[in-house]
Amino acid sequence: MPKITYIEHNGTEHALDVKNGLSVMEGAVKNNIPGIDADCGGACACATCHVYVDADWIDKVGSKSAMEESMLDFAENVETNSRLSCQIKVTDALDGLVVRMPESQH
Amino acid sequence: MSETNAGVVIIGAGHAGGTAAALLRQYGYEAPITLVGEEPIAPYQRPPLSKAWLKGEADADSLALKPVEFYAEAGIDLILAVKVTAIDRAGHTVSLSDGRTLAYDALIIATGATARALPIPGADLKGVLSLRSAADAEELKAALGPGKRLAVIGGGYIGLEAAASARALGAEAVVIEKEPRILARVACEVLSTFFTDYHRARGVEFEVGATVEALEGEGGRVTGVRLAGGRIIACDTALVGVGAPPNDDLARSAGLATDGGVVVDIHGRTSDPDIYAIGDVTHRPLPHYRRSFRLESVANALEQARQAAAAITGRPPPAEEVTWNWSDQYDIKYQFAGVPFDIDEVIVRGDPATGKFAVFHLAGDVIQAVEAVNAPAEFMMGRKLIGQRQPISRVRLADPAVSMKEVAA
Repeated sequence: MPKITYIEHNGTEHALDVKNGLSVMEGAVKNNIPGIDADCGGACACATCHVYVDADWIDKVGSKSAMEESMLDFAENVETNSRLSCQIKVTDALDGLVVRMPESQH
Repeated sequence: MSETNAGVVIIGAGHAGGTAAALLRQYGYEAPITLVGEEPIAPYQRPPLSKAWLKGEADADSLALKPVEFYAEAGIDLILAVKVTAIDRAGHTVSLSDGRTLAYDALIIATGATARALPIPGADLKGVLSLRSAADAEELKAALGPGKRLAVIGGGYIGLEAAASARALGAEAVVIEKEPRILARVACEVLSTFFTDYHRARGVEFEVGATVEALEGEGGRVTGVRLAGGRIIACDTALVGVGAPPNDDLARSAGLATDGGVVVDIHGRTSDPDIYAIGDVTHRPLPHYRRSFRLESVANALEQARQAAAAITGRPPPAEEVTWNWSDQYDIKYQFAGVPFDIDEVIVRGDPATGKFAVFHLAGDVIQAVEAVNAPAEFMMGRKLIGQRQPISRVRLADPAVSMKEVAA
């Protein structure tokens, strides 16, 4: 299973094996990792699963849909490497992915 | 809170209860946590039941809030298919339907709501369903497909989402609504018209201003819906979606304050300082609007789970949120935020005919609520502006050529 490292805003790291086909958001939520709220459960409706994708990975996680782009455009503390983690599907190609959480999702 | 190390007992293993249990552990709570649920399965997400799941686009694993092994790993005792029958506030215990008694230091009531049944003849026929639980959704899904005909009684979100899913599965669908328009209780007329047209164009039939008198059956199974006046709408399944009153009986029997739901404060605390209530069962303050209200949404359940878990663990209370919700029908992403109290003007931004527009509800120059159809910028910025109570220019807001960022500037 691909290993994904989630880094909380306070620096706490969680390296997890996440099943192919799950979203990066689901990998965190199903393991009760703090920092990704995902209130809408992955419907791209709330922007509470915001993460920063490490520079090395930004090209590998795929591109944003127009919906995700718009939602992120109005989220808090958005950077060029911001993504909604519910929109990134885990595959073998993402083995080693590192994402960082913002200070708050709300 | 008395310190007996009895820990937290949560009544109701739904979205709210399951989330509260997980958050307590995230927040460092170390005493026992017991989660008691009436349904035979671990906490799961309900919104997909009428959306992606019903169309076959989500499986049981993806519905689950957490994998089933999570509860044992996190030291959360999950007691399923068991009902809490009474709360003894003086003794700090609850009684279970299996005869057990559980002690608590803090109690969280997360008993949710029950789909309202129709008090009419034939309501107990086979094929007359509601949609609240995963078991309900299984039964509904099995009844949908080519050659089938679904009658939805009640033109609210659940009913419309089910009608859209029925069409996606090849079944015919007719929506029966007693008000002159669908979504009458929850959305403005522009939205009602838009959704009616959108569904009609995809083959859904509507009967509005129609009072349902009885459900007709043959051999114990529903065959139609009889309207006042005698006309019968044929169907082989009838879905009743006419609201969901709160399951507040247990709280009321225990002497807790209720008012169309269990009355709580902004920490989710009831009239008993050791008892919290969260989610659909509550009647809660909305400080932003200086009112109390009953919200029925996942966003509310999660916000109150955060409030209660923070209060129990002594963390600072979370910042107040502007309530919001969403609905998926066909390819429409419908998002709404706030509550339309004290409205003196409704502004439509964009043309509904394009399938992308938003409706803003204003009190003076302040946005109180926004309903956005395929318009995430309007939803996101609208929600932010509601929270900030920032006065805006109505003229600029009504002009889609002025971006939402410029409206806020």
